[in-house]
Amino acid sequence: MYFGSSFIKIYIMNFLYHLGRYAIFVKDVFRRPEKHRIFFSQIGKEMEALGLSSVGIVVIISFFMGAVITLQLAYNLEIPIIPKYTLGVGARDTMLLEFSSTMVSLILAGKVGSHIASQIGTMRVTEQIDVLDVMGINSANFLVLPKVVGMILMMPILVIISMGVGIIGGWLAGVVAGEVTSADFVYGLQYAFVPFYILYSLIKSVVFAFLITTIAGYWGYYTNGGSLEVGQSSTKAVVVSSIQILLFNLVLTQLMLA
Amino acid sequence: MIEAININKSFDNKIVLKDINASFKTGCTNLIIGQSGSGKTVLLKSLVGLHKPDSGSVMYDSRNFTAMSSDQKGEIRKEIGMLFQGSALFDSMNVEENVRFPLDMFTNKSMEERRERANFCLKRVNLENVNNLLPSEISGGMQKRVAIARAIALNPRYLFCDEPNSGLDPKTAIVIDELIQEITREYDMTTIINTHDMNSVLAIGENIIFIYNGAKYWEGSNEDIMHSDNKELNDFIFASKFFKKIRDRL
Repeated sequence: MYFGSSFIKIYIMNFLYHLGRYAIFVKDVFRRPEKHRIFFSQIGKEMEALGLSSVGIVVIISFFMGAVITLQLAYNLEIPIIPKYTLGVGARDTMLLEFSSTMVSLILAGKVGSHIASQIGTMRVTEQIDVLDVMGINSANFLVLPKVVGMILMMPILVIISMGVGIIGGWLAGVVAGEVTSADFVYGLQYAFVPFYILYSLIKSVVFAFLITTIAGYWGYYTNGGSLEVGQSSTKAVVVSSIQILLFNLVLTQLMLA
Repeated sequence: MIEAININKSFDNKIVLKDINASFKTGCTNLIIGQSGSGKTVLLKSLVGLHKPDSGSVMYDSRNFTAMSSDQKGEIRKEIGMLFQGSALFDSMNVEENVRFPLDMFTNKSMEERRERANFCLKRVNLENVNNLLPSEISGGMQKRVAIARAIALNPRYLFCDEPNSGLDPKTAIVIDELIQEITREYDMTTIINTHDMNSVLAIGENIIFIYNGAKYWEGSNEDIMHSDNKELNDFIFASKFFKKIRDRL
């Protein structure tokens, strides 16, 4: 009993410690950049490194998920009274409401989050961050803000690409497998369409982009030790940002759709 | 001149620095020496502001650095150049971009002027035709020289070097030591070097401070060190039989 309560106490203290330090870190990140010219050029580089380099994986995953969603819907809706265009409706809503924002963000938490945490963590253990601090540069701001802004700008684009490719994947799988005609699927896509779903998805993606970059930046920035600790920071960044994405997904869904 | 006044520092109740008082003179190479774990790096990082001392103050030419606001410290930091143990060059930038970095951040000079200054600094450390190479593509000695070039890019008044010749062969280590000494005299800087390399101590130790278990045990020059009767210092300096023999002959 005593062991259990002390464990919970340590866990809560640890959580509050990281929460407080994360808040201070985010405050430092969002200070005015030292040189705007350098800041904007860094944003461009980060958009390429974090966003453009992720287009491939987003396209591949979205295509196959769209295809699988359609085939699974077809398998589960083999009842004559349910019209075939429902496959188009189901594929569209699944991609728009959940997959393209939440699932893509979870995948990017792994790819982008580990990249950021290991990059900044390596800079910390090789004293490159100390170089910035000695020069009087706000290292948290210099290293993390361009990543946050770059990812916030790229994430909605990745989500829109995911929506389009996922729906194409669903359409292709449905038609090739003979589960639905092209006309029925396209009719389903247009049926009872709610444009707000796209906005809802994009808002979520912006919040998730913020979470991925700041959480990964936080774990990387406070890495202490050597290569082993860089790996641990990278893992923590992925795990914590994934959990936060799921938590905020729940909160945002309740706020915007309930 | 940089002064450390009653510097104390501890980590998790473990005392690392005890009442350190020291003066580091301008225009000469000041060395902090001591065994690994004696507190040298913590002292250097406390002087440069990477660690906040628990008590005491650091004065940069009579300006109390410890008591300054972060904005005021920022002004002093622009007068500081630092060479780190592992060179700490930015991996993602090539040699020229590394040297140009402080100029990009803190000056409004044109690209041509910044390039010219970077090339001048690279030439000063005897490096040419390496501008487009990445740090991973050059040797350890060259990396140190690039780091020195970056440290002097803004014409600093204060230069800090944390074990500048660690991991280098003796010949390259001496080249780096001599380069630091030349630059110190040329630009009349206050240079503080953290080292446990005996060659450095004997070659460029104009003002030496010996740290033992976090406290200052001895202060003098490389000439004084050969005749010191401080037991802890002698145990450190003349640890090898070879050096003991040399001392006995002297």
